[in-house]
Amino acid sequence: MNWTVVTPLLIFLITIFIIGMWSSRKMSEAEGFLNDYFLGSREFGGLLLAMTMVATYGSASSFLGGPGAAYTIGFGWVLLAMSQLATGYFVLLILGKKFAIVARRYNAVTLIDFLKERYQSKAVVLLAAFSIIVFLFSAMAAQWVGGAYLIQSLTGISYIGSLFIFTVSVLVYVTIGGFRAVVVTDAVQGIIMVVGTLFLLAAVIIAGGGLSNIFADLTAINPNLITPFGHDGSLTAAYVSSYWILVGVGVVALPQIAVRAMSYRDSKAMHRAIIIGTVVVGTLMLGMHLIGVFARPVLPGVEVADQVIPLIALEVLPPWLAGIILSAPLAAIMSTVDSLLLLVSSSVVKDVYINYMKPKATDRQIKNVSMGVTAVIGIVAFVLAISPPELLIYLNLFAFGGLESAFMWPLIMGLYWKYANKTGAIASMITGIGSYIAIHYYNQAYGDLFGVHTVTVPVFLSLIVFVVFSLIFKEKAYEFPTQNMNKGA
Amino acid sequence: MEQKERKQEWRFAIANREALIGCGLALFNFVWWFGFAYGLGSKPPEEYTYVMGFPAWIFYSLILGTLVMFVLVALVVKFFLKDISLVDEEETEKDEVTKG
Repeated sequence: MNWTVVTPLLIFLITIFIIGMWSSRKMSEAEGFLNDYFLGSREFGGLLLAMTMVATYGSASSFLGGPGAAYTIGFGWVLLAMSQLATGYFVLLILGKKFAIVARRYNAVTLIDFLKERYQSKAVVLLAAFSIIVFLFSAMAAQWVGGAYLIQSLTGISYIGSLFIFTVSVLVYVTIGGFRAVVVTDAVQGIIMVVGTLFLLAAVIIAGGGLSNIFADLTAINPNLITPFGHDGSLTAAYVSSYWILVGVGVVALPQIAVRAMSYRDSKAMHRAIIIGTVVVGTLMLGMHLIGVFARPVLPGVEVADQVIPLIALEVLPPWLAGIILSAPLAAIMSTVDSLLLLVSSSVVKDVYINYMKPKATDRQIKNVSMGVTAVIGIVAFVLAISPPELLIYLNLFAFGGLESAFMWPLIMGLYWKYANKTGAIASMITGIGSYIAIHYYNQAYGDLFGVHTVTVPVFLSLIVFVVFSLIFKEKAYEFPTQNMNKGA
Repeated sequence: MEQKERKQEWRFAIANREALIGCGLALFNFVWWFGFAYGLGSKPPEEYTYVMGFPAWIFYSLILGTLVMFVLVALVVKFFLKDISLVDEEETEKDEVTKG
């Protein structure tokens, strides 16, 4: 085991635990376990909000799979990756203040709470809980695999051993700290990610002998690497542009992101978060993907795409610095996993346990159930990750697309269209998920339909279905309650 | 009651306007990104011109495009977004789920 690399990583993990403990103490002072555990009492400022959104979104794909794809495919993939810049400002502007105001009136703690109050329908709640559990499990398993690979390539421990270490670390600090721990550590992890990315980018450019040298080498390897069309010329403009839906504007509908758009303190915090978030996400995505391409001439012949970043860091940096910088992808993975874990457990606890099993549960019972469910879900994800699929990025993107197809229109139309109703929402969710899965298998067998990513068609289809069904089974225009529901009654 | 409703509509109108601004920003972002990438990058690589060490399409679409969005987002936030209260007037204390 390479201790100069492992030591900084251990220090990182220990720091994270300490933050978890601190948050947990802070939580016991706050009133209302549920609100604080799952939402941090809606008091996050601009920096925390921006960092938690970026860190939740930036995952194993951004730090391992994405740069690995850029290594193989070239600048075409960097171009595709930069569609993610929109996430920095789009989510907060679109859901924006309206979502924050309405969520407060509804006392909503999760995306499902919002849908439940807005549509008043058990079917909507169950469909939503179902999608979250299925698709987020896919996303989570991908992160589990990424985390284990990373620990494996750094320490040389077996895959199973690495997976075990990873699972234990994540579970310990999510179960003790809840949302507040997750958000605070997200901020620390986000800062590590930005600094690590800039360091590594500079080191790779120096190792490659400067920009002009790198571009000359890339052209010598394969001139297509510096075109927008990919190493084999197969990336079309339509396909690359369709990623604007998948990883750009569609991110608005990811439950783990949407829940953060209701957790901020005031509109000033949101304004700052828009600026910070855009800068951070732009720097990270551009930096990491440039590193991926630039690594090609510096370190040719890497076979497993997900290992490009760990290997290049160990190649161009002194070991101790590589250790610090590689805690960035680990940070990204952990911060994504912990949010997903928390979200899946909140679906189970809040949307099923409290709604339908034990509405009068005491704070203590809720607390125990929350922690128990979180732990069980973590262990199941561990078991699923034992025999991992090959490329992380696709499993993760599959989950992204599925969630977006399901939640996009019920969320956005629910906020902005007063004639949106439950029939439209149910039809739209079924159409979105159904067509997404169908087209996913069609595309695997016959190549991409219309030459665009799987998510494109379901997003448009589910919009049409939403509008048509809402109008056919028309209900009277919806008015949001004018004040907090508990007080209004 | 009527006065309160009017006030809330006013806050929602601001929220709606800002959502449209978000769409506008994304559209501008997309056009810039797409235009420079495929406008300058569609010729054979040996004909590429270079700006600051990068092929022109990469520089304008990816590097400069990202920086332009940073500045634009900051300007929009500073000059177009409005500070409004997120809680309803009478409820200055924290709202809580477990209440009741």
